[in-house]
Amino acid sequence: MMSWFTDPWQHTFMQHAFIAIILVGIICGATGVFVILRGLAFLGDALSHAIFPGVVIAFILGGNFLIGAMIAAIVVSLGIGGISQSGRISNDTAVGVLFVGAFSLGIALMSTQTGYVRDLNTFLFGSILGVTRDDLTLTVIVGIIVLATMLLFRRELTMIAFDRTFSKASGLNLWMFDQLFLVLLAMAIVISLQTVGNILVLAMLVTPAATARLITNDLRTMVALSCLIGSLSGLAGLYVSYYQGVPSGAAVVLVATAIFGIVFLFEPRTGSISTRIRRHFHHPHPEKDEFEEVQVA
Amino acid sequence: MAIQHSAHANRTPILVATDLSVHYEDRSALRDISLTISSGQTVSLLGPNGAGKSTLLKVFAGMIPPSHGTVEFEGQPITNANECVTYVPQRSGADWTFPISVLEATLLGLARTRSRWRPFSRVDHDRAMYSLQQVRMDHLANAQIGALSGGQQQRVFLARALLSCGRVLLLDEPFTGVDIPTQEMLVELFERLRNEGTAVVYATHDLQQAATTSDYVVLLNEHIVAHGLPREVMTEPILRQAFGGQVIVIHADKTIETTSPVIEEALPR
Repeated sequence: MMSWFTDPWQHTFMQHAFIAIILVGIICGATGVFVILRGLAFLGDALSHAIFPGVVIAFILGGNFLIGAMIAAIVVSLGIGGISQSGRISNDTAVGVLFVGAFSLGIALMSTQTGYVRDLNTFLFGSILGVTRDDLTLTVIVGIIVLATMLLFRRELTMIAFDRTFSKASGLNLWMFDQLFLVLLAMAIVISLQTVGNILVLAMLVTPAATARLITNDLRTMVALSCLIGSLSGLAGLYVSYYQGVPSGAAVVLVATAIFGIVFLFEPRTGSISTRIRRHFHHPHPEKDEFEEVQVA
Repeated sequence: MAIQHSAHANRTPILVATDLSVHYEDRSALRDISLTISSGQTVSLLGPNGAGKSTLLKVFAGMIPPSHGTVEFEGQPITNANECVTYVPQRSGADWTFPISVLEATLLGLARTRSRWRPFSRVDHDRAMYSLQQVRMDHLANAQIGALSGGQQQRVFLARALLSCGRVLLLDEPFTGVDIPTQEMLVELFERLRNEGTAVVYATHDLQQAATTSDYVVLLNEHIVAHGLPREVMTEPILRQAFGGQVIVIHADKTIETTSPVIEEALPR
């Protein structure tokens, strides 16, 4: 039984893969909390597609595709901020316009190249077994930058997510903090490309954070739980992938989705099935429960 | 427009607006507003929807720059970083499903003035609890913000605002959609703030509330239609000018404990 757990760790590429997915779970888990609290899932999805031209240009120039992706992400996120700040077009629409535009630019650029199909596959679905030591170093550095920035600006991020009008009245520069968060989000997405790929990265941002939201009402606990669930899903998914031959990105996301499903149904306080069972067998007056909760809390 | 003061003598001007105008693209939201607000004054802004009440409060808070004219706080031009002029927004602006407790939401009122390198201190927590006590919400300090009623949410906003240095409080429709206990609490709080020398400026649709809880009334409809003591301003001709339609003013019997006119607004024709 023990060897079932330790076997994969004997290969260097699997060690790299495990470390990478744990890091991605933590970084996306923390960023994802603010993505779901601010309702920015669409933006996360869009950003992950919008970095495509950066990847292709990096490929054409022979540079590191992570750096190309990062530059594209920052350009697109600043563009979204710029357009929506004009006030004539909603943020949502600006995201829609720029993300498809950027993605199309990537496709057009790619069509000028030959022999890119394999690398495109890597971009779309990740290539976790190809994670190098250099990739890991880059992931650690980006991760530290993202987490330290979030920690440093925790109060501003919280204020803006909770109450934008009050944040503005307190003198916060909303535009600047929105851009800062977009850049952090872009960084989290880019370092996830190698492990889960562009299509599935949204799940790493949204699913663990959403699961954590179901479990707790405390923001700090929510961030910690989201990181934990993200990393655990990553670990478990890699084992599934290793033994069942399922693509790693898909396995990781499926595990995260399964955890979400279980929590959604069975979480003792709020789970749909557990509350139904409780109502049926124990408490004929669930509304009385809620009242007491408020008084006691 | 002439600067006027209410009955209290020892009040000093604290917030001064001069020739204020605000334009949105080609539409004018406020024009030619000149107004002096003194410490310890409770001022109500009255006017129909779209009269510019919220805009004026936001200009006072430094959130909207005036297109023309100036706003000065104690002789200095206002900026939205000024922590002594605190704006309390309408409840609808916040995300009430946000995972945050009443105490934590209140503490955010201190976020701008505390070091980002340290957590909030014991003293900060005590101050936040004291603020919550003032709005009678201390017993719910650990409750989730989403579990509160509308009136209780409004109180948390107030507690958060009370944490600031509190020379001027700007409240956007604090009486709208809140229960009677919260309204009573607000009236008591205004009284206490008045005694402490804090100026309170609030927007309201409730003419009666304005007549009984403020000592200065500003009738607004893009420009200042009238301003002065409630009994001077809240007359039928002036109200009709501000609101349009038909207005009937009913003065309550003297045996009722109020010296201000009680006003009812009939439906506009």
